[in-house]
Amino acid sequence: MPTYSASEISSLGGDRETALIAGDGGLQFVNKLRFSITGIGAGLAWLAFGLSCLRWPDIGDWPRTEAVAYTAFAIAGGIAIATTAQAALGKFGDGVQRRAPWLFALGVFLTLWELATAKFGWLPLPFFPPPQSIVEVYTDDLPKLLDSAFASVKLQLGGYFIGAVVGFLTGVSIGWSRLAGYWVHPILRFIGPLPATAWLPIAFFTFPSAWSASTFLIALATGFPVTVLTWSGVASVSTAYYDVARTLGAKPSFLVTKVAIPAALPHVFVGLFMGLGASFAVLVVAEMIGVKAGLGFYLQWAQGWASYNNMYAALIVMSLLCSGAITLLFKVRDRLLVWQKGVVKW
Amino acid sequence: MVALATAFKPAATGASLDVKGVSHAFDIDGSVLPVLDDVSISVASGEFVALLGPSGCGKSTLLRLVAGLEPPRAGTLDEDGVAITGPYPSRVVVFQDPTLFPWRTVWDNVALGLEAQGVLKTQRHRVDAAIDLVGLGAFRKAYPHQLSGGMAQRVALARALVNDPRILVLDEPLGKLDSLTRITMQAELVSLWQRNGFTALLVTHDVEEALFLANRVIVFSDRPARVTADITVDRPYPRHRGDPHLAELRRQILRLLGLDATW
Repeated sequence: MPTYSASEISSLGGDRETALIAGDGGLQFVNKLRFSITGIGAGLAWLAFGLSCLRWPDIGDWPRTEAVAYTAFAIAGGIAIATTAQAALGKFGDGVQRRAPWLFALGVFLTLWELATAKFGWLPLPFFPPPQSIVEVYTDDLPKLLDSAFASVKLQLGGYFIGAVVGFLTGVSIGWSRLAGYWVHPILRFIGPLPATAWLPIAFFTFPSAWSASTFLIALATGFPVTVLTWSGVASVSTAYYDVARTLGAKPSFLVTKVAIPAALPHVFVGLFMGLGASFAVLVVAEMIGVKAGLGFYLQWAQGWASYNNMYAALIVMSLLCSGAITLLFKVRDRLLVWQKGVVKW
Repeated sequence: MVALATAFKPAATGASLDVKGVSHAFDIDGSVLPVLDDVSISVASGEFVALLGPSGCGKSTLLRLVAGLEPPRAGTLDEDGVAITGPYPSRVVVFQDPTLFPWRTVWDNVALGLEAQGVLKTQRHRVDAAIDLVGLGAFRKAYPHQLSGGMAQRVALARALVNDPRILVLDEPLGKLDSLTRITMQAELVSLWQRNGFTALLVTHDVEEALFLANRVIVFSDRPARVTADITVDRPYPRHRGDPHLAELRRQILRLLGLDATW
């Protein structure tokens, strides 16, 4: 890589048009190179992480130390190249450059973590496993972890879907119909605030399988906030909207599907969001107690073996899945509610 | 605009409206609040009638009864001799607030009536024509929060006109607009009315607006509203705000409302 000082590069940048006329592709590419302080800093932080892995011997037996070190070097090089050639790489380069401060912080954190655990044991083992032992879980115990993640997703999806649909329909009914409100509202007030996990012991006895019991509990945890918020959304629709629609010839079915429901959708999504959070909690508890599968079960199992690196690895996967689910929900919301201005970006 | 006018040919001319001995009241916390007291108005087909009265006197309630959104406590309302029993798209209301549906684009808002009546599939061109009629062709895909107050009220007008109403019920539609936009839209209302031939019933408390737009101005008393005067505005359109005859009528009306001291 040619070494230019910053001033030389900027003066070359001014000659870009000349370079374009000359049609010299190589020179054009060189013109686009820019060193960024944050990018180089982030590269150096990851380099430090790699070096910290190799410089001192491990105080324990972790086979993946070297692999982690070389991966860190590769990432360091990747960051440095991507940020320097940012202009030539388009969107990808921009993305890396924007995240460079975070990549720097992450590299520093990993370096400190490596030193504090694997090298000098400042933090007590095995409660604080080093990065390479968590990487080891992903390389050596991947099938079991994937199975668990898949089981969790399956259970969560089924329960959440049932809870969301039932909650939505219940909410619309009690928001719309006085009769439905009369009968359902007391039940909702009596059962809704009960934490779904309180049903666990009964549910595992009364349902034919732990899986169906857990699905029921997740649906219950989801259904309550979805019902209440859909209901309040439908109830708070301005009567002026109904007046407008009625004078234009709308029938009751049109008022429900084309006025009440779209107007209530922002509320519904708040309910879906809250239901998602509540159902994650139920999912993990249900898996720890009754279901013999899933990430909750994996955590429980790893705890039994005091293998803390497996627990951290499972937690990371769980966090990615939960965050991914919320991202997905917000994406759906942004699509459906494009008409709203100033919605929070997740 | 000439081409548009033929594309937007109204299917029917205005209907006549007969309000006979209508009284209405609201129950508020157990007590009865009378708002309309034995009101009788007869509006001929194609007429533009303005209802003028003090704020809160019950004019808007009368419009709700005409629209069929509520039944009166006493008396009858007839459209072309047929009793009004509920809302029907031949009598469309334009409210003071545009009340556009924020989740629908301009086009979808205007299409609302045809969609509700289940005829949108075959009548899509009417939506386009109505949007062009109010001059918002470039904003078909805009959402209501992207529109100014005047534009939003134009959309509300298009949403009403797309149904070819026989009676257009206007509940202070220009009340919340700035004065310049209001003047522009008053002229637009007159030309729409002349072109489409519907019967117009306008509630306003702007005397000048009533005189600029209407064939007849009906003055109401304080609540409960009674008709205190029925003034014919016998001036050709387009009218001029400085017309001395209108100024004289304005003085008369303000006197009826007890506000002539400042004039």
